[in-house]
Amino acid sequence: MSVTAKTLDTNEYFYGHKACAGCGGSLAVRAALKVLGEKSVAVLPAGCMSAVGFNFPQLCFSNNAIISMFAGTASMLTGVEAGLRRRGITDFQAVGFAGDGGTADIGIQALSGAIDRGDNILYICYDNEAYMNTGIQKSGLTPFGAKTTTTPAGANIHGNIRPKKNLFEIVAAHDIPYAATATVGYLPDFLNKVEKAKSIKGTKFIHVIAPCPTGWGIPVSDTVEAAREIVDCGLWYLAEYENGAFTLNRDPKEFTSVEDYLKRQARFKHLTDDDIRVIIESRDKKWEKIRSNWKTKE
Amino acid sequence: MKQYLSGDEAFAAGIRLARPEVVSAYPITPQTIVVERLSDMVEDGSLDAEFIHVESEHSALSCAIGASAAGVRTFTATSSQGLLYMAEGLVYASGGRFPIVMMNANRSTALPWNIYGDQRDSLALLDTGWIQAYAENAQEALDLALLSYYIAEHKDVSTPFMVNLDGFILTHTYEEVDVPEQADADKFLPHYETENCFDFEHPKNMAFSAGPDTNYIFKYKEHAALLRAIPVITEAEQKFAEIFGRQYTGLIDTYKTEDADYILITLGTIAGLSREIADKLRAEGKKVGVLRIRYLRPFPTEEISAAVKNAKAVAVLEKDISFGNAGTVFTNVTSALQAAGLNIPAYNFIGGLGGRNISHADITDIFEKTEHGTERVNFIGIEVQK
Amino acid sequence: MKPFVREKKTFGFDDVPEDTCYEAGYLVTINAGWRSIRPVINAEKCVGCSQCYLYCPDGVIAIKDGKAVVDYDFCKGCGICEKTCKIGAIVMEDEQK
Repeated sequence: MSVTAKTLDTNEYFYGHKACAGCGGSLAVRAALKVLGEKSVAVLPAGCMSAVGFNFPQLCFSNNAIISMFAGTASMLTGVEAGLRRRGITDFQAVGFAGDGGTADIGIQALSGAIDRGDNILYICYDNEAYMNTGIQKSGLTPFGAKTTTTPAGANIHGNIRPKKNLFEIVAAHDIPYAATATVGYLPDFLNKVEKAKSIKGTKFIHVIAPCPTGWGIPVSDTVEAAREIVDCGLWYLAEYENGAFTLNRDPKEFTSVEDYLKRQARFKHLTDDDIRVIIESRDKKWEKIRSNWKTKE
Repeated sequence: MKQYLSGDEAFAAGIRLARPEVVSAYPITPQTIVVERLSDMVEDGSLDAEFIHVESEHSALSCAIGASAAGVRTFTATSSQGLLYMAEGLVYASGGRFPIVMMNANRSTALPWNIYGDQRDSLALLDTGWIQAYAENAQEALDLALLSYYIAEHKDVSTPFMVNLDGFILTHTYEEVDVPEQADADKFLPHYETENCFDFEHPKNMAFSAGPDTNYIFKYKEHAALLRAIPVITEAEQKFAEIFGRQYTGLIDTYKTEDADYILITLGTIAGLSREIADKLRAEGKKVGVLRIRYLRPFPTEEISAAVKNAKAVAVLEKDISFGNAGTVFTNVTSALQAAGLNIPAYNFIGGLGGRNISHADITDIFEKTEHGTERVNFIGIEVQK
Repeated sequence: MKPFVREKKTFGFDDVPEDTCYEAGYLVTINAGWRSIRPVINAEKCVGCSQCYLYCPDGVIAIKDGKAVVDYDFCKGCGICEKTCKIGAIVMEDEQK
C-alpha cells in the first residue's frame, strides 16, 4: 500500500525542535518517522538534528531516540538492534538519521561495517551538502563549485573543486539488500521508499536530499522547491538498488535549467559560465551511464 | 573446576559465566585470545550471546553503548592503540552511565610501535569516568569478570568498568585457575535490569545534550556514583567470598605494611615479584612492605594513606609516565598523602615500558633507594648524571 | 500524540536524572518567538489536500474537519506551506499585524 499525505500517521514524532525555519533535514526526519512510527528507535549522531532535538530538558522525539557518537551512527544502530532483539522485542525498526558528513565522511567506515554484517537496520542520510551544524564547511557530499566556509569562492578557486562523492553507488557496491535515493522535494517518493525499506530484512540505506536554507543561501520558504529543482534539472536522481540491480524511478524527458537552479543559491552565485558548463557536462555523463546501465520504471 | 588457563582465557571463562548478551570486539594483540575464546563459546553454544564483528574499536564501544541502551549486558575488550581509538566512547559510556565491562590488555602505546606490556594505555585514560581495576593473576582476572558486572550494574553505581591485565605477562601466562560453576555464578550475578534503556511503553530520549544550567549536575552525579562504587566493591567481594570462598581486599591489598618503614606501592603483576623481594629483605632485617593498588578509580585515597602513615618513605613503581611530570599512579598517590597530611618522602620508579623486564635486582634497588633517598622520578635502567 | 509542553520547566539538583535517559517528547519551550511572519489559512479556500501538512518541517499543520490548522506555538513562519499550497489558501502575514 502506498503512503500518501492522507494515509500518513497523524502523530508527530519530531516536534518542538530548534532547527532553523525551513530546515530540510528536520522535514526528512519528521516525515520518515511518520512512516516508521512509535516502534522505531532513532539513532542520530552529533550533527544538526541531534543538536536541535535533544537539549535536556527539551527532548523533541516522541519515540525512543538517542544521540550516537559522530562516527558511530551505524555501529550504535547495530548494538541497539542486537540488544532489543535479545530482549525478545522483534517488531521494531532501528533507524539512523545522519547528515552528509556523518555518513559519507566520518561515519562511512561504521556504515560499511554494518552493511557487511547485514545488520537489520535502516540508515537514512539526510544530505544538505555540507557540515551545516558547524557553520557550512565542505563535506564529501558537497557538490562541485559550492562555496562553503572551507571552500571559499575567490579569484583563484571557485568554491569546492571536487565532485560529490558517489555515496549511493558506494553503498550499493556492498550488495546491500536495499538502497535508494530521494529528496524532501518529492515526499511521497521518499515516504514510500521508507515504507519499502521497513519491510525488508537486512541493511537498508536511503540517501535523501534535504536543503539547508542557511548553507545554500536560499529563502527559508524555498527548501521544498530547491529539493524539487535539483531532481528536475538532473543534478540529483531518484533511484533504487534492489536484488543486485539499479532502477531509475524518474527519467525526465527534459531537464529544467541547471543555471537557474544554481543561480538561485548564494553558494553558487560566483560560478562562471565555464564552471556551469563543467557541471552540465558531468550531469550529462552521469545520466548517460544511468540510462544505459540502469532499469527505468514505467 | 581447576583449569590451566592463560589470563586472557581465564577472563573469557569469567565472561562466559557472566552471560553477556552482546559482545562487540575488534582484535588487537595481546587481547585477541579473549575474543577468539568468546567466539568459540558462541559457536559451541556455551555462550548465548550476539557476537558482533565490528570493523574497529570505535565501533566496538559504540555498538556496546547501543546494546546497553537497549537494556542488555554487554562486553568488549581491547588494548593499547585500540583503547585510545575508543577514547571518545569511554567518556560517552561513563557520561551515559552505561555499565559496560571492558577488558583491556595493558600494552605500550606507539610511537615507537611495541606490542608488549606497559600501563600507559589505560593510565592515559584514567580520567574518562570508568572504574579501573588491575588484576595480578589469572584467577583474579577471572573473578574480576564476575565482580565487575556486579559492581558496574549496581543501582548505586551504574558506571562502566575496565579490567586491566598486564599484556603478555598476565594475558599469555598459564596458571592453574579455579573456574566457578555456572549455577554459583548465577547466584552471585543477577540478571541485568535497568531503566537506563529504551522502553516502548514509556519511550525515552537518551544520550542527550545538557547546557550549562544542568551539565555540571550530571557531571557531579557521575563523580558521586564512582565514589559510591567503594562500598559496593566491599559488598560485592563479601558476597563473592560467601559463594566462591575467595575473599578480595577492596581497593588495595597490603603485604607486611603494618610495621614497614619502606613501602613499595605498585599495581598489576609486578606486585608478586615485589613481595618476593620484600620477604628477602625482611630476612635481612629490613622492615619493608608492598601495597598493591587494585582499583585506580575510584582511587583509594584513604586506604593508601592509612596503610603508609607510619612509613619512613614510600616508592611508587609503575609502567607509565605522564610525560613532563611523573607517573600517573605516583601523582595520585602523592595527592593521597597530601590529603592525609602525611609528609612522607615519596619516590617514583618508572619501569617496564615497552615490556622491558623489571628484575629482582631492580626491585631490590628500589627499596634501597627509597631507604636512602633518591630523585623524585627515577627511570629504572637509566642513571641520570647530575 | 506528539511531544508537548510540560509544567515542570526548570531542573534543579534533584530533578536532574542520574543518567542521560529521560521521558521522550518532553518540551519546556515553544518556538513562536522565532516568527516574523505567520501563515494564515483561508478556510473558505482550503480543500484539506494535506500538502501543507505533509511538507511542514515542524509538523505544526494538522487537517481538522477537512481544513488546515496551524499550531502557532511551534510554527516558525518559514512559509513552505504557502509555497506548497497550489490554490493559494495560505497567505503569510506580518506578525505585528
